[in-house]
Amino acid sequence: MDELLNKNILVIKNLKTYFYTYEGVVETLDGINLTFEKGKVVGLVGETGSGKSVTALSILRLIPWPPGRIVDGQIYFKGQDILKLSEYDMQKIRGNEIAMIFQEPTTSLNPVYTVGHQIEETVKIHNKINDQEARERTIELLKMVELANPKRIYNQYPHELSGGMQQRIMIAIALCCKPDLLIADEPTTALDVTIQAQILELILELKERLGMTILLITHDLGVIAEVCDQVAVMHAGVIVEKGEVHSIFRDPKHPYSKGLLKTIPKIDENQDILQEIKGEVPKLINPPTGCRFHPRCPYTMDICRKKRPDEYIVGNSHFAACFLCK
Amino acid sequence: MWKENIKPVLRGVKYSLYMVRQNPLTIIGISIFLGFILMAIFAPAIAPYDPYEINPPELLQPPSSQHFFGTDECGRDIFSRVIYGARISLAAGLTITIISMIIGSIIGIVSAYMGGIVDDIIMRIADVFLSFPWIVMAMAINSVLGRGIINTVIALSIVWWPIYARLIRSQALSIKQMPYTEAIRALGAGKLRIIFIHILPNSLSPVLVQASLDIGGAILWCAALSFIGLGAQPPSPEWGAMITVGSHYLRESWWYATFPGLMITIVVLGFNLLGDGLRDIIDPRLRR
Repeated sequence: MDELLNKNILVIKNLKTYFYTYEGVVETLDGINLTFEKGKVVGLVGETGSGKSVTALSILRLIPWPPGRIVDGQIYFKGQDILKLSEYDMQKIRGNEIAMIFQEPTTSLNPVYTVGHQIEETVKIHNKINDQEARERTIELLKMVELANPKRIYNQYPHELSGGMQQRIMIAIALCCKPDLLIADEPTTALDVTIQAQILELILELKERLGMTILLITHDLGVIAEVCDQVAVMHAGVIVEKGEVHSIFRDPKHPYSKGLLKTIPKIDENQDILQEIKGEVPKLINPPTGCRFHPRCPYTMDICRKKRPDEYIVGNSHFAACFLCK
Repeated sequence: MWKENIKPVLRGVKYSLYMVRQNPLTIIGISIFLGFILMAIFAPAIAPYDPYEINPPELLQPPSSQHFFGTDECGRDIFSRVIYGARISLAAGLTITIISMIIGSIIGIVSAYMGGIVDDIIMRIADVFLSFPWIVMAMAINSVLGRGIINTVIALSIVWWPIYARLIRSQALSIKQMPYTEAIRALGAGKLRIIFIHILPNSLSPVLVQASLDIGGAILWCAALSFIGLGAQPPSPEWGAMITVGSHYLRESWWYATFPGLMITIVVLGFNLLGDGLRDIIDPRLRR
């Protein structure tokens, strides 16, 4: 256990986050286990509603109560269980040691303040420095995210910038305190393809320079293949498969991962119909018994309806939660 | 460095001036507003007579070149009194609006951010205030506190805050859900910072518009409470109080009650036009 905590910057154990709604309890995360090796990029893929963003918010303890609550599990960050910290201590970690980039840069910046002001604000929350130093640091950060003419941008409002520039600003804000862990929640979804590539490249480059660990949440398998070291596939609040990115892409074990990879259109084949996975992410108010994927699975067996599969080792640090792999 | 900092502000001012020029009614509103302010500030310079000076030989004189608005039952110059009255009305109107705006905004925004039971309790209290005929309540509070303009200001502020609380709450509820609020929380900002530095400025524009409309209303109701004898007391040149006394002489001396009444009308109209104009500038979605 100790060795596990020393080697990995973040260890999530049996994390359960439930939402208590009028209609019933929604078991959004039901026993997540994940480990983050220092300096690696970990991808988290899954369909909309599979619980990717809730995982990210749970790590930062930003699940809004009511209605959401982390009901069980541990999250060890640098060896200490952050679920046991006080809100005050947690505030010091947020933005300082764990930072987050959001999906929509346009709405993630406060429209009433200039860009410079917003970066400075975060710098000042976590560091005791005067205005002059904060300003210098801000200009430096704007240069770091490769924005041309940082002095001009410093005085501009978010609406005056393009989506790509806004996302660079978000990155600058997230990195202002040199965090150890960066959570990027679909950082490129709202951007067009060329800008996507630039932003991903920037994130990777800064990761090397600052020695960060990154949790990259996306539903774009292309992005995962390109930038991640490890990948975890999520379905209905459960991690169904995880491992090194090449081993999962080359040889997916779980039927869901297989289906997911098949949905990528092939460029060298003439495909008339796009592949899909049948059905949709099940409603988590009354989740399916046993394996949560069994209603959609082409290989459903009797045991799948009755028992929840454990994580079985299927290769070198490659796990899959499926009875087929037992 | 300050030059660079002021640049975005300058751009905003320029745009606002352009918007004002688009609407002649706004210009009228602003002119009345400025005229009213200047009148209040420079009252001693403008007024030809001392507003309290009694001059028995010239009782109830009709308007003339000596006394533009005539004189009252003690021979005091009504024109001078009306001008001094602007000071009282301006001070009362501003104080009522600012106090109720501050109280209402803080209560409303905290209510919206906390949510749950805190929100429920605060909003039910506001409902109680709003469901009661508020001018009756203001009269009751004013009677309990005793006569006088300061008590009128307090009474009106007490009944006025729920309007602001509701208004800012509805705004803050939507701002609270915006991704940037979540983003700043994820960056380690505390509750107070989120509420007052991030949610408040974004929720403020309808409140400011409401306030600019309400100053006129506050002046009107302040005059009304003075008219029924709860607010400013004679010989104060408060407009409402002047109308009360003037109404006794209305048959033979029409000018006594008319000119203070006219001033109230013009000033309230001015603030309403200004408020409408401000709303158009601040919130483009409401533009016709």
